[in-house]
Amino acid sequence: MAIGWYLAVSAIVFALGAAGVMVRRNPLVVLLCLELMLNGANLALIAFSRMWGNGDGQILALIVMTVAACEVCIGLGMVVAIYRRRLPIDVDELRELQG
Amino acid sequence: MSAVLFFIAGSGAIAGAVGVVMLRDPFYAVLALVGHLLSLAVLFLLARAEFVAAVQVVVYAGAVMVLYVFVVAYVGGREEPIGELLRGPGGRGPAAAQLRLGAAVLSGALLVELLIALLGTGLKAVSGDGAPYAPGVGGGSNQFGTPAYIGQLLLTRFLLVFEAASFLLLIAAVGAVVLARRRGGIEEDGDTERRLTPLDLIRPRGTGTMLEGVGGRAYEAARAREQNGEPGEEPVPVGAGVAPAGAPSPRGPSEQEGGW
Repeated sequence: MAIGWYLAVSAIVFALGAAGVMVRRNPLVVLLCLELMLNGANLALIAFSRMWGNGDGQILALIVMTVAACEVCIGLGMVVAIYRRRLPIDVDELRELQG
Repeated sequence: MSAVLFFIAGSGAIAGAVGVVMLRDPFYAVLALVGHLLSLAVLFLLARAEFVAAVQVVVYAGAVMVLYVFVVAYVGGREEPIGELLRGPGGRGPAAAQLRLGAAVLSGALLVELLIALLGTGLKAVSGDGAPYAPGVGGGSNQFGTPAYIGQLLLTRFLLVFEAASFLLLIAAVGAVVLARRRGGIEEDGDTERRLTPLDLIRPRGTGTMLEGVGGRAYEAARAREQNGEPGEEPVPVGAGVAPAGAPSPRGPSEQEGGW
């Protein structure tokens, strides 16, 4: 398959993830859509790595996965903390980050 | 064959992404993301990134998604109908709905822009099949995409990046523990009872207890009590409670002021 097809899939996935981040209200789903965006970028990185026959893109994709895992860790910790304080789990209601 | 596999996996990845964005129940959204990640792993395999594909399945679709499922089960996802998202929920006015519609249009524009960049690129190699690749040639750490290849790159050329990523994971783990611990921590009711530790016998006052480090009401109350002439030198009996003034205490305030 030509490399362009991989890039097209990655662009579609990235745009879908961006739409989800902006449209959805549940913070859990917003985190899932962030994962989508990171995965779209990962696919583009792997495709470019294949295009040049160079491993640097794969290393960068692995680092992106690490960063995604950290982000999930912190994000889910925040969701659990929000839930414990009986605040509404809704990014519209939580627009002020006060105690 | 590879073209067929590519279209199956690619449409699976896009369908999974649509599912994540559109499904109402967060639990189903997580499951859709698992499907998306698995099809993405197939795409990685097609692009000769064997090790990254394996990591994607084991770490991402395995471990990270289990974390998501746990949190969704704990928090209990509230369903939100997608139609209401675009029309605007009752009572919040039409402004939010317009914002959401604008967001959808904006992401559509983002997609168009990305595709234009893709079509208008000057890179001739984008329409090619990529660098020449023959399975089994080279062997060992020269074979593109194998674990040995990735490992050699990570531990020689990208060693600093590797270490930085490990520190990032450490910081994230500490941060998650801090975020998810019991709120109020040491000032909570059960924690304010002063427990006698070996350090209480030998350390000078004012240095290095957890209570002083945290500060706050409990520490201020303990300080004030000590300055009021209570016997600070003697070790306090366990359970004889120096409850802070601010925190609710089973003992009445008069009992505290009476001293002993």
